[in-house]
Amino acid sequence: MSDRLPVSCLHAATRRELLLGSGALFAWAFVPKIARAEGRDPRFLTIVLRGALDGLAAVAPVGDPDWVKLRGDNALKPDGAKPGLPLDGFFALNPAMPNLHRLYKAGQATVVHAVATPYRERSHFDGQDVLESGLARPGRADTGWLNRALTRLEPDDRVRTSQNGRRTFAVGPITPLVVRGPAPVLSWVPPRLPPVSDDTTMRLLDLYRHADPTFARVLEDRIGLATLGPDTPPANRPGEMGPAVQIGGIIQVRSYFAEAAGAAAKFLANPDGPRVGALALDGWDTHNNEGAINGRLSDLLGALDAALAAVETNMGPAWSETVVTLVTEFGRTGRINGTEGTDHGTATVALLLGGAVKGGRVVADWPGVKESDLHEKRDLKATTDLRAVLKGLLRDHLRIDERVLASDIFPGSDDVRPIGGLLG
Amino acid sequence: MALDPRGAALALHRFGFGPRAGTIAAIASDPRGALLAELDRPNAGRIPDAGLMSSGAAGRMASDFFAERAAKQRLETRRQEAAKQEAAKLAAANPAMQDAAQSSAQNPAMENAGMEKPADAKSADAKTADTKPADPKPATPPPAQPETPLVENFFREAKAHYDAAVRAELGFAERLVWFWSNHFCVNSDTTAAAGAYEREAIRPHVLGKFAELLLAAESHPAMLLYLDNVNSMGPNSTTGLNINRGLNENLGREILELHTLGVRTGYNQEDVVSFAKVITGWTLHNPAFNPERGGEFLYHPRMHEPGPQTVLGKAYRDTGLEQGRAVLADLARQPATALHVATKLARHFVADDPPPTLVETLRAKFVETDGDLWQVSRALVTAPESWAPEQAKIKRPSEWIVSYLRAHAVNGVDVRRMTGGLTRLGEPLWRPPAPIGFSDRNDAWLDGLAHRLDIANNYAQNNAERLDANEMLEIALGQLASAETRAAVKRAETKQQALTLLLMAPEFQRR
Repeated sequence: MSDRLPVSCLHAATRRELLLGSGALFAWAFVPKIARAEGRDPRFLTIVLRGALDGLAAVAPVGDPDWVKLRGDNALKPDGAKPGLPLDGFFALNPAMPNLHRLYKAGQATVVHAVATPYRERSHFDGQDVLESGLARPGRADTGWLNRALTRLEPDDRVRTSQNGRRTFAVGPITPLVVRGPAPVLSWVPPRLPPVSDDTTMRLLDLYRHADPTFARVLEDRIGLATLGPDTPPANRPGEMGPAVQIGGIIQVRSYFAEAAGAAAKFLANPDGPRVGALALDGWDTHNNEGAINGRLSDLLGALDAALAAVETNMGPAWSETVVTLVTEFGRTGRINGTEGTDHGTATVALLLGGAVKGGRVVADWPGVKESDLHEKRDLKATTDLRAVLKGLLRDHLRIDERVLASDIFPGSDDVRPIGGLLG
Repeated sequence: MALDPRGAALALHRFGFGPRAGTIAAIASDPRGALLAELDRPNAGRIPDAGLMSSGAAGRMASDFFAERAAKQRLETRRQEAAKQEAAKLAAANPAMQDAAQSSAQNPAMENAGMEKPADAKSADAKTADTKPADPKPATPPPAQPETPLVENFFREAKAHYDAAVRAELGFAERLVWFWSNHFCVNSDTTAAAGAYEREAIRPHVLGKFAELLLAAESHPAMLLYLDNVNSMGPNSTTGLNINRGLNENLGREILELHTLGVRTGYNQEDVVSFAKVITGWTLHNPAFNPERGGEFLYHPRMHEPGPQTVLGKAYRDTGLEQGRAVLADLARQPATALHVATKLARHFVADDPPPTLVETLRAKFVETDGDLWQVSRALVTAPESWAPEQAKIKRPSEWIVSYLRAHAVNGVDVRRMTGGLTRLGEPLWRPPAPIGFSDRNDAWLDGLAHRLDIANNYAQNNAERLDANEMLEIALGQLASAETRAAVKRAETKQQALTLLLMAPEFQRR
């Protein structure tokens, strides 16, 4: 009797599984009609760096006399074995980011420093809520500033009809808060799953070492750390932990970053495609062994740099009308902590790049890094409100009305004037 | 009565499928009482059959499908042969035409391949192809598999199976269903009726008499197919003599070794052969020739070995079908069976090497009540030893996934994702590696922990935005959560990381 069930049909990963497998990347087809009336066709991509990027490690104030005192051996310097890439004489870029440096030199990248959202506590989740919701305080926000901005743009008729009546396009099944809201979103998912971050793995291993030695042993095997005794928590063995968990991991991270960001650019570049998109890249919470110059953060910044290069390449001619903005929930402590890392802080950097950016400069009202200059004597002080940057970009790039920006997009931000002149 | 929220959480993980929102509080006044009460609900262990195929219908459907497919292929081969001959004729007449003739002979084959794809094209594949404005070079997904009626039926059954677990109030009765379904496992690779089998043979009896469960399982078409009894015939039976075929010992042996007495409990090869002879003729109506009852159980006297048989020292007269029933009834009452069942239950629910006193309690209850599984299940919950070793067991992958779906207030599973994930985790539904079923020992599942991390990370990636891991921790673990787990979840870098750590926490992986 031949009533065998064909096994292959049950094993195969279906397209649907792939579609549901991951979500990181979103974009949609609301077109800035007013801008288009001026003969422009602007593209706007927001990349959220979740976990709190150490802005001082990405862009260091090498000209500040207190800088090396603050960071010690971990301070990026203008000279030495791995010197920072010079920006304006005062600031230097992390050497893991040559592409960003090239764009900066070409006048297509701007660094905004000592910038922060209005959030002054140090919880990731609340910080991300404020960053992505555009609200002044954390709460149960269910819409993001980028989505609300979209609703102020007219859906383009041409796009509407060209895509079988679907007005919108997006990437990924689950929308990050920044693009959640009333403007409809259609998604695409990078086929590759983002890997479990080393950080998550290490935290889990730490938990297992304290609570479940059997599980710890299994996880150690997986990450090739079987030689380390289970009685040795990661923080105590920085030299051995660092490289061991990164081999392999960072390769996956690099390919995921580049694939996700590069795909977003291809969608945005298409003449009939979306004009605005967002994606989130995780992994910036560098509490242990930060490795800003040689190590984990350096690797992550390198992966990010490669992703930015992929965006530029895939944008093609549309690059000239593109603004990419990179934001993170807050910065990190000025000083290195007891485990060669940094803890949650306040101000950090925002990076703006693209052909439409008036680049080649660092925008900063530098607060200094003497102890007395630090926020609560520990964090880089915020002298620029991130909302001022975002409002400037939305106003000048997408032509969103300034009053709407203050009332609907970043409610309660009347006092925060948009920064003009960010675009060329 | 004093509230015991910690005991409630433990009860839900160990004997149920984990808490849903509010269940810890709901049973905190009497966790054990709540478990016992679930066994007394009307229809405990059962699910509605509405819309699901009986095993006979599934068997006929599968048989029809394969027959039609084979017929199509034959027709196609015939057409290709004809085209080839035609082309050869033309080529002989005009050698320049040879190439064109060859390609025209191949075309129909390609059309036919396309015909088997589902016409509704409801796959996401078709939709995204329309709307994809650019070519972002995603890795090519595997080609869409045509979904056969067998696969559709499998997924309907699988969904009913998992939904019952996800929706159950506590899940103790469902856990018993899963336990017995694994004890009497069948394999989807050999039957289209694995889902129907669980509903027809297992569910009605998990709180009844073991003897009834045993008979229902061993005489079910899915079991007869899986363990090769359908073509087993007495060497001296009418059919056996006519076609010179004989015995297949497989089912007989596995009933003794796995389903009743247990391995090395005193039976010998002669018992196996005799018992296999006893159950010759236990087969199916052939669906190829019987459109009404094909795929259903059939006792076929012509295949039955004539004469008395001796099993475990007892002689059984040849009473046809009744001979097999009589042996099964006696096997259900063998002391070794009671010990085997008691040990397996205790191992599954409590510890790999369960406290001997617990096994003894269950064994004695089994013997005392003539294998009343309701009584034995109650004894399992009321025995103090069942609560002593805390969370000694690692949840099976399926139990773990169901428990996190419950904590997330999911009411219906995405069955294709779920079965796909469980296949990756080494627990493909109704496809155990061997007739012994999926292992009930921790070491079998420990190595898969790293894969669970991938699944957890993936799930968190897709759901973290909507969920608060700290709230989930209270729902799913409550006072069972260790200080370390609380701290790890609280200090996580992202919502996704917090959720991943919670799903991977030892208290959530164990039960």
